[in-house]
Parts: sequence; C-alpha cells; structure tokens
Amino acid sequence: MTIVPKQRALGQVEADTPHSLVVRFDSDRPLKMDAGCAFAPLSVAYQTYGALNAAKSNAILICHALTGDQHVANTHPVTGKPGWWQTMVGPGKPIDTDRYFVIAANVVGGCMGTTGPASTDPATGRAYGLDLPLVTIRDMVRAQAMLLDHLGIETLFSVIGGSMGGMQVLQWAASYPERVFSAMPIAAAAKHSSQNIAFHEVGRQAIMADPEWRNGRYLDEGTNPNKGLAVARMAAHITYLSEKALQRKFGRNYQDRAAPTFSFDADFQIENYLRYQGASFVDRFDANSYLYVTRACDYFDLAGDYGGSLAAAFKGTKTRFCVVSFTSDWLYPTSDSRAIVHALNAAAASVSFVEIQTDRGHDAFLLEVPEFFATTRGFLDAAARARGIAEH
Amino acid sequence: MAERGEARRAALSRSARVDLLVVADMVEPNSRVLDVGCGDGTLLTLLAEERGVDARGVELSQQGVNDCVAKGLSVVQGDADTDLADYPDDAFDYVILSQTLQATRQPRKVLEHMLRIGRRAIVSFPNFGHWRVRVQAALLGRMPVTDCLAAPWYETPNIHLCTIRDFVALAHEIGAKTEHSIALDRYGRPMPINAPWRVWNLFGDQAVFCLSRKG
Repeated sequence: MTIVPKQRALGQVEADTPHSLVVRFDSDRPLKMDAGCAFAPLSVAYQTYGALNAAKSNAILICHALTGDQHVANTHPVTGKPGWWQTMVGPGKPIDTDRYFVIAANVVGGCMGTTGPASTDPATGRAYGLDLPLVTIRDMVRAQAMLLDHLGIETLFSVIGGSMGGMQVLQWAASYPERVFSAMPIAAAAKHSSQNIAFHEVGRQAIMADPEWRNGRYLDEGTNPNKGLAVARMAAHITYLSEKALQRKFGRNYQDRAAPTFSFDADFQIENYLRYQGASFVDRFDANSYLYVTRACDYFDLAGDYGGSLAAAFKGTKTRFCVVSFTSDWLYPTSDSRAIVHALNAAAASVSFVEIQTDRGHDAFLLEVPEFFATTRGFLDAAARARGIAEH
Repeated sequence: MAERGEARRAALSRSARVDLLVVADMVEPNSRVLDVGCGDGTLLTLLAEERGVDARGVELSQQGVNDCVAKGLSVVQGDADTDLADYPDDAFDYVILSQTLQATRQPRKVLEHMLRIGRRAIVSFPNFGHWRVRVQAALLGRMPVTDCLAAPWYETPNIHLCTIRDFVALAHEIGAKTEHSIALDRYGRPMPINAPWRVWNLFGDQAVFCLSRKG
C-alpha cells in the first residue's frame, strides 16, 4: 500500500508539479549517470527569458548554485520573492534578455521540478528518497545538454554560473567544448577542497541526526527533518559571508534587548539572523536534495577526470573564458580561480580573469556589486560582437 | 578601422607613450603576444587590429582589466612579480613589458620569466642616465622629476630605475641577446642607431629593447 502523507510542504509539491516548463526523457533517452546507470524517466524543469534568434546563436545557459533553482529572473513560486539573479538578468541588465535567450534549469537531484530525491518514483508511487543514484556535476551537465538538444540549440553563446553553478560551467567547457562559445565560471573551483567537503559533511550529519529524517523516508512517514536541515543551512550560511561583513552587519549587537538574558535565547542579532535563515530555508528546500547536491560538489574534481591535469581538461579549447573571484570569498578563494586560469593559460585558451574587491564574501556573486556587473556586461558585449549577435 | 588606427597612432606619437608604437613595430604579424602590465589595453588593441596578433594581457588594476575585457581582450588580473611563474615555457612569441620593469620588485626575475615564457622579450623603460636626471641629482641634489618620471620620490611606483647601460649589463648577465634596440629622445624621436651607448645613455629619454635567449 502506498502511504500518502496528509500534508506536503510547498517545496515538495514543486518537485512533482513545478511552476515551470518541464521536459521528460523516457527510457528511450535515459540519463547516463556517473554512478553507472541509465536513469529514466528524467524530468528537467526549466525557465526561459527573452527570445532565441533565427540563427540560434544567442542562447545563454545559467547554472544555479547549491540551493538555487531555475527561477533566475521571475518571482519565486514558493517564497514569493524576486528571482535569485533578477538584478543581473533581465531587459537592459548585464545579461540582457532583450538581446539574449536565457535558459535556466533545475539541476538533477534538486527539488524544484527536475528529478530529485523528493520526486515521485513512478515504479513505486513513493518519493525516490535515497534510492535515487548519487548525482555528480557531470550528470547535471549531461541533463542540461539533453535539454538543449530538446530545444534544438546546438551551441551556447555563453554558459554562466557561480559557486556550484561555476563548477557546471567548467564541466560544460570540458565535456562539450564545441558547444560553448564563451564561459563565465564565477566564485568557483575546479575541485572541492578538504575544507569544502568538511563543511558539507557537517550539514549532512545535522540532517541525518534529526530523528525526523527516518533514514531518508520522511516523506512516506509524513515527517520532515526541519531542525537538521535548518542547522545545516545555518552552518553553511556562515561560509557564504565574510567575517568583516558579519561584524559590520551584526557586531555583538543584542536582538531587541538591552542586556543578555542569561539563557540560550537568541540574545545576539547574529543568532537571530541565522535562526531565521535556517527556518525560512526548510520551507523551500528538501532535506534529501540537500544531501545529494552537497555530495555532487564534494565529488567534483575536474582534473581527476583528465589524468590529474586540469590543463588537459581544456586542451584545444576555442571557448572564451572570463573567470571571476571575490577578494573576501574564503569558501572558493581567489587561489581556486587562479588555478583555473593557470590551467587555461597552459592550454593556450582565451582567458580573462578579474578579482573583484568586496568584503561581502562568497555570496557577493548574488549581489549587486558594480565592478562585477561591469565585468559581466563588458565580457558578454565583446563576445557578442565576436559572435555577430545583433544589438537590441 | 584603418582611419581609427591612424588616429590612434597619431595620438600615441604625440604622447609620452610613443614607446608603444616602437614596441608594436618590433612585433611580427600574426604572432602570439603577452603584454605584461597592459593597462587599458591600448597596445594589445593596436597589435590585434593592425598586426592580427593573438593578444593576451596581464594587468594589476581592476579598472584596467575591466576596460580590456570590455574591449574583448583576454586579460588576466595579476602581478608581474608573482604571476609570471604560472605561465608555461614557450607559450608566446613575444612577451612585452612596457614602462613597467622599473616598478617591479624583482626586475631580473621578471626578465628571466619573460624570456622563458616567450621566444622574445620586448622591454621599454625610462632611461635614468639621461642628462636631465643626472643634473637634478648631481647638481641640485634632488630626486629627478621628468616627463617620463613625473611623480615625486615619495609617490613614485618606480622602485628599480636603471640606465640604458645598466639594462644592457643585466641583459648580458642573464644571457640574453639583444635583437633590436632603440633609444628615443625627449620628443619621442628615435636616436641615431649607430650612436655609441654613452650618447644614448646621456640623451635617450627612454629605450626599447627586443631580447632573445642566446643559443
């Protein structure tokens, strides 16, 4: 008998019936996964903005970060908030939807409509949970390539993404060099460091330690490991900010009180802020999905797939690269970006690199940082001229 | 494009960066070039548009890199002193360092890297042996300020100034061969090619050298 939970969180409703376009790939076109299986059926949920030109030469793929999604430049269907990159993508914005056709897809393993652990397994009628094969960055990119085939787009004018999105950009350039005219990996790394893996493991253990997790079968049982997922988010959120920005924003300020209460209440503003970040996250994100996407990052080591040489991953590439890092990003520091640039130089690739001065940490790539926006606009404008894309 | 190119040449020939035209003329068409300290990409644009060069740059300032990226140039934000080590051997036909050698912490190392990365190294630098410099230091007892070296001592980024003869000695020391050399007077005019070193060293305002590895 199938156990149907009485009430499903909004985010989990999105997993099966997203407010997005969806393409379904059946067993005649399975996703070949690094875990060693041909997976089907696969749903890919995506959004598009702007119009594809007649030559099909103006398509930009935006790859989202760990807990991002395809709702780049529209109101988010669950939170009601603006899209996560609405400042960057839109008419007249650096990624100009009057000029470019922008595509964004939810990653495999996500929970916003592309197949992930919260999606219903048609074979059982239950959520996949941990029965879903482990997903890699390369699997995510393969699914995106299947989407592009479906849309009839052979070559992307650009692939752009920050953080885990930047890893997908690098994987795109390595796996499908002839399909990528230009690429912008932002605040990214070609491999996950030990420290990166460590933080992710803390998050995963917080989720698994929550008794409501039920060995991953919480959706069947009508529970939800909200506490574990919130703690995971709180810990991760610290890594997205810089010490300086935290100090500036919160300092040691008290939350709505003049003195400490000698309790474990959220006396400090920073505690209150993190609790809010954790609590609001669980409304829109699936705990198992968090396990899958963090694992995908951990497994990422692009050089490892090319005999240990990152330069070999980009051998003979014709893609124009613009690598961007932020000075106060300690999660994916500038040295990670420099390693990418170094490899691209060794491969004689066309590469630009900008380190943006900001104290806003890793999350700077989501924020309106003028120098970063100017870089993006300039790089795309110049690449569009080289590609012969008409100005709007 | 030709018109724009001519206008640019005319503007450069009147400016303090007349050395860029001399540098550009030393570069063979359709070669691969790395310009270290490329600023806003003036030389790279000139090389790409007039000589069909595959032009790359390294620049320290964020503004400079952004200007270059917006022009469609491939430029990496970086420091000549620390980041040249990351480039593989023989990656370029030419590595150019224009009016930057004197601002590096380790000019000798930078020069050695240039000759490792590129088949040839082209260097332009202000001549600290010019008679005006000597007069200011020797007779007035003041740190020299000239058109080429416009900043006062406490603000100048130029920490390793040298004379033309000093540079020739350094090139010799690192085993480099001088393929070409030109001294420019204070009006940006090339000085007679057969003039002895001491004349260049006294009257040359700046110099441009094209070096290659010996052997």
